[in-house]
Amino acid sequence: MKPAPFRYHAPRSVADAVGLLAERPGARLLSGGQSLMPMLNLRYVMPDDVIDLNRIDTLAGIAEEGGRVRIGGMTRQRDLERSPVVARHLPVMREALRWVGHIQTRNRGTIGGSLCHLDPAAELPAIAMLYDAEVSAISVRGERSIAMAEFPAFYMTPALEPDEALTAVTFTPWTGRTAFGFVEFSRRHGDFAVVSAACLLGYGPDGRIDRAALVLGGVGAAPLRLPDAEARLTGSRGTSEDFTEAAAFAERIEAMDDAHAGADYRRHLARVLTGRALAQAVARPAA
Amino acid sequence: MDDTIAVALRVNGRTFQGRCEPRTHLADFLRHELGLTGTHVGCEHGVCGACTVLVDGRAVRGCLMLAAQADGAEVRTVEGLAAADGTLHPLQAAFVEAHALQCGFCTPGILMTLVEVLNDTPDADEAEMREALSGNLCRCTGYQNIVKAALTAAKAVSGVRGA
Repeated sequence: MKPAPFRYHAPRSVADAVGLLAERPGARLLSGGQSLMPMLNLRYVMPDDVIDLNRIDTLAGIAEEGGRVRIGGMTRQRDLERSPVVARHLPVMREALRWVGHIQTRNRGTIGGSLCHLDPAAELPAIAMLYDAEVSAISVRGERSIAMAEFPAFYMTPALEPDEALTAVTFTPWTGRTAFGFVEFSRRHGDFAVVSAACLLGYGPDGRIDRAALVLGGVGAAPLRLPDAEARLTGSRGTSEDFTEAAAFAERIEAMDDAHAGADYRRHLARVLTGRALAQAVARPAA
Repeated sequence: MDDTIAVALRVNGRTFQGRCEPRTHLADFLRHELGLTGTHVGCEHGVCGACTVLVDGRAVRGCLMLAAQADGAEVRTVEGLAAADGTLHPLQAAFVEAHALQCGFCTPGILMTLVEVLNDTPDADEAEMREALSGNLCRCTGYQNIVKAALTAAKAVSGVRGA
């Protein structure tokens, strides 16, 4: 199908973009277009105005600043996949990107677009949740930052005001000896996951896990951290018994029930995949 | 709302100018405004890959990009693969050789995807090639011969480079 008619705006600066957004309620921001374009083509959305962010050069880029990695909202998924900064500091993101769509969609799709579309099974929001990333947003009223934990307002809806645009996502890499895992189950490669699981483990000088983060995608309305499982792992030696017990917490969550999979099956996958992500992490320790 | 906008771009090395509605996607623009019907339109929601073209060297879904967004871009389509004298691109030659197409509807998108894959990772093994092709659907062949042709072309291309 073809989109309903709309007015097209291609601002060259962030100030112009948020100015347009403030003037035109109901306008949609077009980033990589790998979700919005299908929604326009299928007429799931019929905005009067589309504001294209692709001509704003300052919104794309990966920068290391003060031990953090700041990624512009318009940075393409394919550029993240190939970035030495991502490979060095955020290796679990690189692993997760392999599961995001296909070459052709990663060539256009952006990190900001993924976060704002906020599909419950999408990989990049799960990675942002794993790292407690910080989302930067701007409007004509000013700039603010939002903790990733607060970013999902509800199903597929970010906690942005109608006149706000995402500008960047900032990650704090884990230092010291860390390990990571990312696994997912989908019916076909490149599909959204039925369930995905990601983990980050930090080890202290005594060889015990001193920090753990676990995230499930595809089970809830938004990516879900597993604080009970993280607590179970913290201070442990990370034996297979520790992992089995931690993974068991993943089965006690409330899961979505939809045409792709029932809630019971999702809970089962959540436990199995959490276990596999942890096993992958210790089988392949990062620096 | 129905105001048209001007789009100027280079396609297969030639400069084109046209006008279209803002809602026109790139694949429709190539077909209807420029008459380049080698790019096919399948699902129009980014799943089938039939409309894949190269924009500034990168394989993208032609249905998930507005023509307006390609203003100033360098586009390559299946019409730009063979040499001016008609000599087939190594990928096209390998597809003929391996019988890698039946109805041919998906073929232009697959070829344009593989142009990028062969540029980036000419040493891709079969598993990597299958992953690279996962964004292109073919309902005739079962993919066996497509993968075979892709690997043959990759070998031909890296052979040329090594020489």
